[in-house]
Amino acid sequence: MAKKNKNNEVTVSSGGEHAVNKFRFSDFVMMAVIVILCASCVLPFIHVAAKSISGNTAVMAKAVYFLPKDITFDAFKRVFGDDSMTYSMVFSAGITLIFTLLGMIVCTCAAYPLSKKRLKGKQVITFLLMVPMYFGAGIIPSYLLYQDLHILDTWWVLVLPLIYSPYNMLIMKNFFQNTIPDSLEESAFLDGASNFQILWKIVLPLSKPILATLSLFYAVGRWNAYSDNMYYTRDNKLKMIQYKLYQLVASANEAQTASLADTGGASQSVPEVLQAASIMFVTVPIIIIYPFLQKYFVKGTMIGAVKG
Amino acid sequence: MGKANSGGNKVITKTSWKNAFKRDWQLYVMLLFPLIMVFVFSYAAYPGMRMAFMDYKPIKGYAGSDWVGFGMFKKIFSDPEFTKALRNSIIFNLLDLLIGFPMPIILALILNELRYARFKKVAQTILYLPHFLSWAIVGSVAYTMFRPSTGLVNIALMNAGLIEKGIPFMTEKWHWAVTYLLINVWQTMGWGTILYLAAITGISGELYEAAMIDGANRWKRMWYITLPGIKSTVVTLLIMNLGKVMGSNLERLTALGNTQVTDFQFQLAIYIYNRGISNGKFSQATAANLFQSLVGLALVLLSDRIAKKLGEDGLL
Repeated sequence: MAKKNKNNEVTVSSGGEHAVNKFRFSDFVMMAVIVILCASCVLPFIHVAAKSISGNTAVMAKAVYFLPKDITFDAFKRVFGDDSMTYSMVFSAGITLIFTLLGMIVCTCAAYPLSKKRLKGKQVITFLLMVPMYFGAGIIPSYLLYQDLHILDTWWVLVLPLIYSPYNMLIMKNFFQNTIPDSLEESAFLDGASNFQILWKIVLPLSKPILATLSLFYAVGRWNAYSDNMYYTRDNKLKMIQYKLYQLVASANEAQTASLADTGGASQSVPEVLQAASIMFVTVPIIIIYPFLQKYFVKGTMIGAVKG
Repeated sequence: MGKANSGGNKVITKTSWKNAFKRDWQLYVMLLFPLIMVFVFSYAAYPGMRMAFMDYKPIKGYAGSDWVGFGMFKKIFSDPEFTKALRNSIIFNLLDLLIGFPMPIILALILNELRYARFKKVAQTILYLPHFLSWAIVGSVAYTMFRPSTGLVNIALMNAGLIEKGIPFMTEKWHWAVTYLLINVWQTMGWGTILYLAAITGISGELYEAAMIDGANRWKRMWYITLPGIKSTVVTLLIMNLGKVMGSNLERLTALGNTQVTDFQFQLAIYIYNRGISNGKFSQATAANLFQSLVGLALVLLSDRIAKKLGEDGLL
């Protein structure tokens, strides 16, 4: 035992891991694997970006890889000139904003009371608020319900049914329970502060990281989802940008397959360059803000993994 | 009052409802908002599920439609379209699990062994990216990359002289099946590492040092220290994923699908959408949906039970 300990100290003092580990072949293989996988995540987008600002003939001649050829911004001009695209973008942003705001309010309203051990009836209420996560009524009953509520085919249906999220509520509840010391609230309570005051003046200011994280969960979730758009709305005015992109590419594909065996040419309804520009139009906002969001997401996912 | 004491193994100082309300009325007021939301938008739809046991006609409404017991379930199970959708869903979800589940574990092990911190960080940021993109974007980029004539992958393969004609990655069903599965692996591999990496940081460094002194090489350390160290995370996540075998994602199926591949693309979400929203066969769609939800719920409860039996944290 004693000998081992001594050895241990020697290795640590002589530079720890790095002294023991030389750069081996296995290091090279691992880095190569990671580089290839990273390339698979980045190159497709570079390719689409290059296509989006290339000339149509260069794309048709299959000359565009990762660098644009015959640079032209015509496709982007067409995308930005298309009122329905820009409208969808603004509409999506508006819906996402309202959704996130209401979502955070309802989430806090559920998570804060339920994080209190003393709350009477806590178990029953938690149960009631968690069941919908595991068992939903299904598409058609929901469809008919929204019809009865007169929110079918209005923008409300894109907001109200999903603002309460059991998953986000759990994350927030865990955070409150684990990081806000009870003693802090107790002393405020003894000083005569009400529950609202404690929440507003003490708990929320201490919870900024989780508020940021959950706002992003809500915002990105809403921004990316469009199946409710497919199920519950018909009106063109209610198409969010993701749904719009899906329809554009789907119709182009159908036109292409219909025009027999993919001759790759004139018969396309939406030219490849225009498709690429539309994809970029929808993707760029996410890619720009993504590096800043990422760390909050990682944090939130970790808190979510801890059972409450 | 008497039944309100949960647990009962300790002496709990019981507060009467009156005092609880007096002290915490503000908290109960807050809870009204989420409770109203779940009751109005989730629970209120539950009674609608009874149409799975009726021959529901929208004009007649619930009151005028006939009850048919389990007739609708008999009908959908003898409907070849439904059995095809069910079979496709289960097979593809199991394949997703088989192919997609090990990848984040392998990737987490590799990321953990990377020696340059900066390189590792950049790699992680890039690998997480696909998780943040909608299926509309993933699908449209996939088409741009894989089209037989103008897709980048086919152009590159043709220029390299490996193939003569474009491979129909997205338009022939067997190729499509592979593409469909691999895109899922691609999208989930990076993000899936997070929980494993967190578990790995919890492993004591002394174990590695001791192993190194005893002459264990890198692979041995991975196999005997890192993998056992994340075993419980692996088991928990595996069980959680087993609960999703009945799931079906309309966005993924439609974003990657097209009319050439309906044989495989036709899964439960598409069946329910077609029957319910497109054809107005409300009862059939609801019966299929209810079957899917109930089996899904049973699988989740079963997984939870198994996890707890194995001594892991359950989900519930």
